[in-house]
Amino acid sequence: MEPSPRTATSNPPVAASATAANLTERDLVRRSASTVPPPARQLEPVAKLIDVSKCIGCKACQSACVEWNDTKPALETNTGIYENPHDLTPDMFTLMRFSEWENPQTGNLEWLIRKDGCMHCEDPGCLKACPAPGAIVQYSNGIVDFIHENCIGCGYCIKGCPFNIPRISKVDHTAYKCTLCSDRVAVGQGPACAKACPTHAITFGTKEDMKKLADSRIEDLKSRGFENAGLYDPPGVGGTHVMYVLHHNDKPAIYSGLPEDPKVSPVVNAWKGMAKYVGFAAMGLAAAAGMLHSAFAGPNRVTREDEEKAEDLVKEKI
Amino acid sequence: MTNSWTDIRNTDLVVIMGGNAAEAHPCGFKWVTEAKANRGAKLIVVDPRFTRSASVADFYAPIRQGTDIAFLLGVINYCIQNDKIQWDYVKAFTNASYVVREGFAYKDGLFTGYDENKRDYDRSSWEYEIAPDGFAVVDETLQNPRCVWNLLKAHVATYTPEMVERICGTPKDKFLKVAEMIAECSSPTKTMTSMYALGWTQHSKGSQNIRAMAMLQLILGNIGVRGGGMNALRGHSNIQGLTDIGLMSNLIPGYLNIPVEREADFTTYMSSRTFKPLRPNQTSYWQNYRKFFVSFQKSMWGDAATPQNDFAYDYLPKLDVPSYDVLRYFEMMHQGRVTGYFCQGFNPLLAFPNRQKITESLSKLKWLVTMDPLETETSRFWENHGEYNNVDPASIQTEVIQLPSTCFAEDEGALVNSGRWLQWHWAGGSPPGEAKHDTWIMAQIHLRLRALYEKEGGAFPDPILNLTWNYHDRNEPTPEELAKELNGYAVETLYDPADPAKIVLEKGKQVVNFSVLRDDGTTACGCWIYSGCFNEAGNNMARRDNTDPDETGAYPNWSFSWPLNRRILYNRASADLQGNPWDPSRKLIAWDGTKWSGYDVPDIAPNAPPDVVGPFIMNQEGVSRLFARGLMREGPFPVHYEPFEAPIANVVAPNIRGNPVARIFQGDVAQFATSEEFPYAATSYRLTEHFHYWTKHNVVNATLQPEFFVEISEQLAAEKGIAHGSWVRVWSKRGEVKAKAVVTKRIKPLICDGKPVHVVGIPLHWGFTGKARKGWGPNSLTPFVGDANIETPEYKAFLVNIEPTTAPATV
Amino acid sequence: MNMELSRRGFLKAAGVGVAGTTLGAFGFTELEAAQAAAVRPFKLTNTMETRNTCPYCSVACGIIMYSKGDLRKGETAEIIHIEGDADHPTNRGTLCPKGAALRSFVNAETRLKYPMIRKPGSDKFERVSWDQALDRIARLMKEDRDANFIATNEAGVPINRWTTVGFLAASATTNETAWLTYKVVRSTGIVAFDNQARV
Repeated sequence: MEPSPRTATSNPPVAASATAANLTERDLVRRSASTVPPPARQLEPVAKLIDVSKCIGCKACQSACVEWNDTKPALETNTGIYENPHDLTPDMFTLMRFSEWENPQTGNLEWLIRKDGCMHCEDPGCLKACPAPGAIVQYSNGIVDFIHENCIGCGYCIKGCPFNIPRISKVDHTAYKCTLCSDRVAVGQGPACAKACPTHAITFGTKEDMKKLADSRIEDLKSRGFENAGLYDPPGVGGTHVMYVLHHNDKPAIYSGLPEDPKVSPVVNAWKGMAKYVGFAAMGLAAAAGMLHSAFAGPNRVTREDEEKAEDLVKEKI
Repeated sequence: MTNSWTDIRNTDLVVIMGGNAAEAHPCGFKWVTEAKANRGAKLIVVDPRFTRSASVADFYAPIRQGTDIAFLLGVINYCIQNDKIQWDYVKAFTNASYVVREGFAYKDGLFTGYDENKRDYDRSSWEYEIAPDGFAVVDETLQNPRCVWNLLKAHVATYTPEMVERICGTPKDKFLKVAEMIAECSSPTKTMTSMYALGWTQHSKGSQNIRAMAMLQLILGNIGVRGGGMNALRGHSNIQGLTDIGLMSNLIPGYLNIPVEREADFTTYMSSRTFKPLRPNQTSYWQNYRKFFVSFQKSMWGDAATPQNDFAYDYLPKLDVPSYDVLRYFEMMHQGRVTGYFCQGFNPLLAFPNRQKITESLSKLKWLVTMDPLETETSRFWENHGEYNNVDPASIQTEVIQLPSTCFAEDEGALVNSGRWLQWHWAGGSPPGEAKHDTWIMAQIHLRLRALYEKEGGAFPDPILNLTWNYHDRNEPTPEELAKELNGYAVETLYDPADPAKIVLEKGKQVVNFSVLRDDGTTACGCWIYSGCFNEAGNNMARRDNTDPDETGAYPNWSFSWPLNRRILYNRASADLQGNPWDPSRKLIAWDGTKWSGYDVPDIAPNAPPDVVGPFIMNQEGVSRLFARGLMREGPFPVHYEPFEAPIANVVAPNIRGNPVARIFQGDVAQFATSEEFPYAATSYRLTEHFHYWTKHNVVNATLQPEFFVEISEQLAAEKGIAHGSWVRVWSKRGEVKAKAVVTKRIKPLICDGKPVHVVGIPLHWGFTGKARKGWGPNSLTPFVGDANIETPEYKAFLVNIEPTTAPATV
Repeated sequence: MNMELSRRGFLKAAGVGVAGTTLGAFGFTELEAAQAAAVRPFKLTNTMETRNTCPYCSVACGIIMYSKGDLRKGETAEIIHIEGDADHPTNRGTLCPKGAALRSFVNAETRLKYPMIRKPGSDKFERVSWDQALDRIARLMKEDRDANFIATNEAGVPINRWTTVGFLAASATTNETAWLTYKVVRSTGIVAFDNQARV
């Protein structure tokens, strides 16, 4: 493969002339609960490739993520596991998940360590489920980003997400997740986690390049006896802009419950269709939220205060 | 490291044993993953725990801590039995053919000359037979039964795969798989690298652990070649530098020695340091010792060091014991024989074994001075923190002075990495509050003490009053000024000895490197091995040209690598007796008929003919040593000795406890436990989320691994009724800790000598200061005994007991 | 050489300064007036870069410290971000979980700021001036050295040992600090001299 700067391995620029953001409204291909005009240009689709077979579970990605995004995850305790924090939080956008798996074929222990976080689905369930106009956007390069000013904290993005990723902040009552370091990508940089990753288990570049890199990794793994090694780029969500190389691609669930065949719920798709025609503003938040709520099974994480606050916020904007 | 981090990319097989590179050195471990991804290299991990290094290994084998020598001698035995030897290398580049003196023998775990009362050997029989011409006798046919090869063969024969399994608990099939993979690297075109760290050093026989692997690497022909070597992964950013500069009781910079008391004068001192070659035509580079020593004295004391006063030889202290290492010194402190102590960026309350003894020792000081950028437990050893530091401040009469120093971000200078690269860095931030550079602090201490001696006189003030202090600002020498002293300079104008009219170097100029140093007082050099780092070409440590011709991993113009910018030590051994690379695809240097040249600075005189001068130029033999002569205290070959606290008796020498020559203090013996009292085999280690006791002050790292825990197997947890994530009490004969239990499949009971052995893993990183939750370090539990050669404490193998408990009282 | 470790152009002898950028790598060939609708403004804009080395393990990764303010101009400089130096041959811009959080070490709450003294039997530290602390140290050293220095042995041979005070040197100070420490400590005759390499 040609040497390419299109990886996370470069130093960030500091000159103002080089750091103006190059991801703009004009690059949006989707905007929650609204329609967008066709984008002015098509950006090259990007992807983060996480090679689980090279990952040493060091948590540099978590550390770099916290430092870059200036988040403040809470100090927890040890509960007998290596995961800390214990789950994704509004202040921890990515998390190493550890699983001790005894391979029945070889009898060997395998310590499967997977970096969890937003998959940046091509067909994003969170965005489709989101009732707040412009709270979730998708750029033509594939990044799915949350716009906090527009978020009402209803939590439907969590329900819409086949990977259970977004988390609602108790501080500002809006949803948080990995941005794929959109602020870095906007100036030609890779995400902070990929830059930091000591073993280059996380790489970043165009989706095409990342697929090629994955092919060479899969070939190497097969030569080492991992006959089911493969690329996790699930078609049920239209493919993802965060992909995994797995040694056991036939069994994604052994990697701390990675979904076998993630899909956007049909309910979410139906809702999306409705929103498109009826329009969010016309329906009013309460009606929209209520409808969506009743359409989903399972408990609603949104508190009454949250909903009231959200309602007020949306009214103001409308 | 004999090689460098970036050289690991050239290897075919990585053996991580005695370390855990993925966790302790993640960005260096990158080069393991690169070698795997780009050249199909394999990774073997041998460890009591299935570590994060093991998680990406091609093969993992468990081993009981403290039994590495048995394992490695077992591999050597396997190679000999299966003729997996790089024969040309072994015959030409090692002392395999050297004949050992009559009278040398080994029996029941001991070599000739042992004195049980002294816990020491008379090592006189551990030597070569010397012919009348003064040279060592060799038998190139390897037929002589007393030649090193035959002695070695007999010595390792005990360590059969069955014996390895019995001692180490490594299942025979797993051991054989590892041995087979390693043995493949005896091919001249296959190399293996050994990456080890404190998993090998922190034992009462740590030095011999490393020797065992070095011997294996020599037999495989893997020293001096790309992708090979003995690669010690040093634990701190400048431990290599502090060792090089000799900040130790018995060292002078550049691995010279502080005199001992019987070396009453300079002539006597030099008489045992002639380093006469033991074979014809050999380099024996230490013959230049006197030049380096005199240049050091000139650097220290300038005009006060004259030929008439033996270059101020008497200014140096003379030792009455091998060294005043930290274990000896805390023993002295414990006995009330110490008044004051300085801790510069060091936290002994958590770093030295048997914390109870450390606390008692510090409490007996009249004064303690600490210098650190961060709070340390040591500077607050007198402060009560409930169970975490249960002391009574009122009863502790030690005066403590805590000085705030700057951290890396506010400081300029060079750090030496594991691969011997001296890398310069620059300050980018302002110090907090009144924090000061360490250089300023040390200068102030000196200047104020000097002023007192100038004014008041006192005990032998000469070495203080005459200390070279030619700095532009006496109050704060600059890093550049100090680096230039380390490099060395001409005290007088230097003339060519062959042509006295010709000036080699004008007075005051920086020397180009150590080859121009002299023993007549006309040159000064602080640390000869660094010479060349800051010469008239400028600050070579600040070079940042990262080009790498033919991608060998050498990066010859990046920073400066000691010695002489050489990137791979012993690189002459990468070529055969004709001077051609053993492996053309891994060429380092080659002989073109008249000289050596290549990708690296040759580790041999450029015109030394390949079939005449041996590659191991620092040795009097010119070859490497499979047989260590009298240079190691336990013996010329490693022997399996159990840790002082072991779960089973020594199978190969049942009457020997621990290392028979390790120093033990009387008061500590009663505190060594037996496996009847303390049945579980404990070990201590770092986790990747933290660095030592520093990052618990860092809110991010504290979050990533917030609380002290211990790791045990599911089997032990079931036996003791310990639930996952519950509190346990772990105690040894010296103290106790409370921790959360991580119950894991990654630790499994081992069967050793027919008996199940449970391993308890105890990470370090927690204390009573900082952001993370309060906890303890493993040093609350570990025994006060060190390695027999260098006194590194036995942190990696000791005995404990464990039981469920409740949470410590919060403070 | 694979792509994620592709070699970059180097900055010859440049300790500080602006590194090369990869703007344009993702298809952005022109600068546009960004309507900052979405992405966070790039936080390193107009910061000062300084090259340094990670102070933790011996891999000695290259790092770049981004600061507000420039020390070389005599300004106060506050470090706002640290990340790996992609030009460094060993780490290629990567950092481990400790290195990636170095900013939070530099700015840790428990950084020491002032000299402090804890008196015998006291349960607290008290702030003192540098002069008070250093003069006290020099006096304590001299008192003990004059009392306990062993100039000669029984045979009259100079041995110049000071055994009642010890010095434990660090593990992360620079060579230059180490050398100055060596000079100062050795000149006193202290023999209980050791460093972190021991353990």
